[in-house]
Amino acid sequence: MSIRHGLLALLERGQMYGYQLRAAFEESTGSTWPLNIGQVYTTLSRLERDGLVRPLPESEAGQRPYEITDAGRADLALWFATPISRTDRPRDELAIKLALALTTPGVDVRAVVQAQRSATMRALQELTRLKYGSERPEDLPWRLVLDSMVFQAEAEVRWLDHCETSLVRHQPSGPAPPPAPRAGDADARDAARWAGEEARR
Amino acid sequence: MSGADDAVLELRAVHRTHGAGPAAVHALRGVSLVVRPGELVAVMGPSGSGKSTLLALAGGLDRPSGGEVRVEGQPLGALDRRGLAQLRRRRIGYIFQQLNLLGSLSALENVALPLELDGTSGRQARALAMAALTEVGLPALGDRFPDQLSGGQQQRVAIARALVGERRLVLADEPTGALDSQTGEAVLHLLRRRIDAGAAGVLVTHEARHAGWADRVVFLRDGVLVDTTAPLGSAEQLLSGSDR
Repeated sequence: MSIRHGLLALLERGQMYGYQLRAAFEESTGSTWPLNIGQVYTTLSRLERDGLVRPLPESEAGQRPYEITDAGRADLALWFATPISRTDRPRDELAIKLALALTTPGVDVRAVVQAQRSATMRALQELTRLKYGSERPEDLPWRLVLDSMVFQAEAEVRWLDHCETSLVRHQPSGPAPPPAPRAGDADARDAARWAGEEARR
Repeated sequence: MSGADDAVLELRAVHRTHGAGPAAVHALRGVSLVVRPGELVAVMGPSGSGKSTLLALAGGLDRPSGGEVRVEGQPLGALDRRGLAQLRRRRIGYIFQQLNLLGSLSALENVALPLELDGTSGRQARALAMAALTEVGLPALGDRFPDQLSGGQQQRVAIARALVGERRLVLADEPTGALDSQTGEAVLHLLRRRIDAGAAGVLVTHEARHAGWADRVVFLRDGVLVDTTAPLGSAEQLLSGSDR
């Protein structure tokens, strides 16, 4: 998601100037995405350069409102119609961290998993509490933003559970073995251990 | 010393072992837990970690092999079968995935049943049952039978039965079962409201989203409590943190 499309969506409601856009943006995302006024003006000037918004004459108070152009409306419609690609999102630091923890000597991977699970679970509790306190009909957009964060946190906990189960399967007891000299050997060793585990069941 | 004077539920170094000798299964190994009024504690952990055993011990449905369980200060080990049954009926509400509603009784009669079994007069039991049904949003459906209710409504009746009267300890084992996410959320909402009104609760679940309703989440692994979530901070901290 870009601030750009957020501002276009707000301007589709009607003309607004910078501070109004900033307030409306924060309101519609329940303040989960704070914007500074500099970001708003930088984005507006890029949108103007690309012909997606146009500035209107300044008001007597010296505020310059902007309105969306037809090209801006088309761009906005395209954005709403196009699914967000998962590859557009930032890389997942947690997944990378766990992958590295597995191959770094001396790291207690289960402890890394549990510390993360506890922290994510706590965030989930707080999100739930915020939801519990937002029950008016007009809170719906904000509740949906919170729900999204809740479901993401839930998915992370489920994935951590899955990681732990996999760890238990692959390391039934004792510390992790020393790193294998070559990836191929490690694969073969894991496959053999896996087969042994399966056979014992 | 006791930091748990006002505890509704207290587990002190509780052990539960099934069987003996080399085949013994250690379901719980020295678990201590205090739950106070107004507090909902969620218990999470993989299958076989001891979650359901913990709940059964807390509710007096099973006895520990070692350690002590207290409900409102009363050691359960000191009660005979009759005393334990009475405490269970009066002070403890259970919400299970299997609702165990009696099909031949109306919703109101199902909710009133534990009170009537305990000697409350029929009229008073029905009045308290109606109050509990109102609390769960079903004041008009008291005369319906379970098979005339939707899954979500049946779950609400089961909750009303768990909350009826003066139950101070509510124990829930995967209470949302197969309900859809909205209906499941409504169930947790009801549980939360009762806890906020002064009851204490333990919620066993493998769903992180449900555990999110708790004040504290404890993690069980192989019969041992391995971790607990830090106390909740302010909403502002969370939101500014999420933007990092």
